[in-house]
Amino acid sequence: MISPDKGFTIGQLTEAKACCEPTPHLSVQNLSINYHQKTVLDNVNLDIYKGCITALIGPSGCGKTSFLSALNRMLDMTTGATVSGQVTFNGENIYKSDKDLLQLRRRVGMIFQKPNPFPLSIYRNLALPLKEIGIKNKQLIEHKIETVLKEVGLWEEVHHQLDMTATKLSGGQQQRLCIARALVLQPEVLLMDEPCSALDPISSAVVEDLIVSLRGRYTVVIVTHNLAQAKRVANYAAFFWMQERVGKLIEFGRSQNLFEQPQNTLTAAFIDGRKG
Amino acid sequence: MAEHLFQFVIWCVALLVLMVLLWLVYGLLDHGLAKLSFEFLLSEPQNAGRDGGIISILVATLLILAVTLLAALPLGLASAVWLAEFTATHHFWARKVRLALDVMAGVPSIVFGLFGYAFFGIFMGMGFSVLSGGLTLACMILPVFIRTCEIGLRGVNNSWRQGAAALGMPKIKAVWYILLPAAMPAISAGLILGIGRATAETAALMFTSGYVDRMPESVMDSGRALSVHIYDLSMNVTGGDAAAQASALLLLMIIIVLNMLAYAVTDLWLGRRLSNDLA
Amino acid sequence: MFQPHADRIAKPLLAAAALVCAAVLVLIIAVIISGAWPALISQDLVVFITDASWYPLEGQFGMLSMLLASLLVMMIAILLAAPMGIICAIFIAYIAPVRVQKIYRFAIALLAGMPSVVLGLWGLTVLVPLVNKWSPPGLSLLLAGIVLAVMILPTVALTSLAAFKSLPIALQQAASALGVRQHVQILKVFIPAASAAILSGMLLAMARALGETMVVLMVAGNVVQFPSGLMEPVRTLTANIALEMAYATDQHRAALFVSGLLLTAMVLVMMSFAARIKGHNDYG
Repeated sequence: MISPDKGFTIGQLTEAKACCEPTPHLSVQNLSINYHQKTVLDNVNLDIYKGCITALIGPSGCGKTSFLSALNRMLDMTTGATVSGQVTFNGENIYKSDKDLLQLRRRVGMIFQKPNPFPLSIYRNLALPLKEIGIKNKQLIEHKIETVLKEVGLWEEVHHQLDMTATKLSGGQQQRLCIARALVLQPEVLLMDEPCSALDPISSAVVEDLIVSLRGRYTVVIVTHNLAQAKRVANYAAFFWMQERVGKLIEFGRSQNLFEQPQNTLTAAFIDGRKG
Repeated sequence: MAEHLFQFVIWCVALLVLMVLLWLVYGLLDHGLAKLSFEFLLSEPQNAGRDGGIISILVATLLILAVTLLAALPLGLASAVWLAEFTATHHFWARKVRLALDVMAGVPSIVFGLFGYAFFGIFMGMGFSVLSGGLTLACMILPVFIRTCEIGLRGVNNSWRQGAAALGMPKIKAVWYILLPAAMPAISAGLILGIGRATAETAALMFTSGYVDRMPESVMDSGRALSVHIYDLSMNVTGGDAAAQASALLLLMIIIVLNMLAYAVTDLWLGRRLSNDLA
Repeated sequence: MFQPHADRIAKPLLAAAALVCAAVLVLIIAVIISGAWPALISQDLVVFITDASWYPLEGQFGMLSMLLASLLVMMIAILLAAPMGIICAIFIAYIAPVRVQKIYRFAIALLAGMPSVVLGLWGLTVLVPLVNKWSPPGLSLLLAGIVLAVMILPTVALTSLAAFKSLPIALQQAASALGVRQHVQILKVFIPAASAAILSGMLLAMARALGETMVVLMVAGNVVQFPSGLMEPVRTLTANIALEMAYATDQHRAALFVSGLLLTAMVLVMMSFAARIKGHNDYG
């Protein structure tokens, strides 16, 4: 298995260096999020490194999920949410007013807490986003579908029933299909909002292995309530906490350091299970 | 004691209402069944409808329905999509549109008839025609159809909207490929109810599609709908009763089938929503 | 604000469709008012509704007797349909065994979808001959009210049923926990708790009865006269439009449009009361 200690090369992001020499891929500056004038996340500064898995941890309601959906501007769909500050992605602030959101979201994919395959066939679930970006060649579509299904380990399970309605799959299969659906657009970044929390333990372990296998080839940001999982999968970890009812980024660093030698007393308390 | 009396009264009234319904259906069967045959359905009316059959009436009815659907379906679906997906609930114009539709749903059908006669018939120069009648009915069923579609769309799982947006799909594509198909049972139920209302309607058609019982050759011809035929035979044609009863029996059968379809489709919809919530 | 190209094209088109639909209402009102205009400028509106002499050939357009007939038929219908409809709702919601419940609901839904011309035909060919034996001509105010009651009963029943079903479960549990007998629960707790919605449904049913044409046209008798007894034949405003529109011209035609306007106004007032009693709406 690949591990950050040995260093590894980065699949599609060939221009980048190994993870041990971090290069920022998404750079967050002075980001604050408000819902109806109420601040839920205050002044976050953070770099998300290319090809690494960054875990966002902290108690419920501290703004982790809001932060995550600020990174591909899915937060725009929430009525009453406003964002200030900057998020730089590929040298461009994604919050500039004429930013092409379709392009952004194709580059920055998202996986939700509850698997949300469309109520269409497995094949259509994967073909639809491809058709949207203008890929019409049937052979190419089929090739891409086979590739991503193999990548998420679903090919063996479903290749003989691609025309089955996707909602008939098990929860874990559905979530892997959703990951495949995001991957089929060849994004650079994947945002995952507690992707295992709605799954049973066995499916959860399968999806977790899949996430680990993405390391090095995609930049992954994952929100998780499961500290053990964060420890297992993440290269970097960011700890959020509520202070005076406002979410704040308390500590950020290499996952190993954050979990073993937390710098902040709050982090230490949370990791020990004394708080949160 | 009081408890028993209460139960007794309720059962009696419930049975009474059921008896009325059965009496009604029995009356139609009694008077109309003997006349209702394939020959009746497939031959032209003769002698003002007393003899012969109702083929031209059926064709006219279907043509009127076709015009109604061709006009109401795209317009209604587009409006429902706008109301449900492209505006916030409290959007100024969306509120005005909803108010207008609710008011329109209350306008008496005879007034729709006056409107259709004056606007489509005279002002637009369509005269007494299938087109004029069909468009009048379209105006009539739009409010209920739009409402059902809007509710159906709003009931669609929000995570599919998010999923589509996260894949960089424009809203309208998400609507077309995912949300409309997902809302299809509700939309079909609304459509079936609309067809039922349009088929049952008489007053709005008397002065729009007219009374002519010949086979309509185009949508610009006048055509007599089944319901108008029943009315005319029973009120204006002495000796037309048997044909009226047979036509009424047919109309009732059509309505029952549509009702059962709407029921089945709604069950399907509720069932599917339930299984999605559990998944 | 960024908006995808496809949405930038679609949104105004969809909005236009919705505005066209809303514009239909404006158009209907405009057409009816303009049709009524010649009569409205030649005669005070008050005269239409306070004068009882309807002699179109002599240019007299008093609608009072037909207006009264419309209102009376409606009152008879709701007086019959309201208690029976509410009882049907109670039957489905609390009394009937589960299997009976389903069948009964379907029967009520069927009655709700019954074409009014079929109801009218039933009244004309089954009920009128019966009544005729006892009080000729049979076609009458009372009979029209009875057939209309059959027509609007499902409206009352289904809205009341919806009202009962939307009562909080806690209320039902509280009532049962007190050990109160079922009929006391229903009469003293559930009906009062659902009364606003039931009343709103009754108003909707009344509006339907007032606007209905076919049933009254076929069984009320269509004689323009001051309704002086339950067994007298009468003509309602809706039936009048249906009967005379075919040959009306000029002022006569305009007077029929006036009656259409009057009907619409009354129906809409009832519907807005119904909406207000029920409370929430999403266009406020």
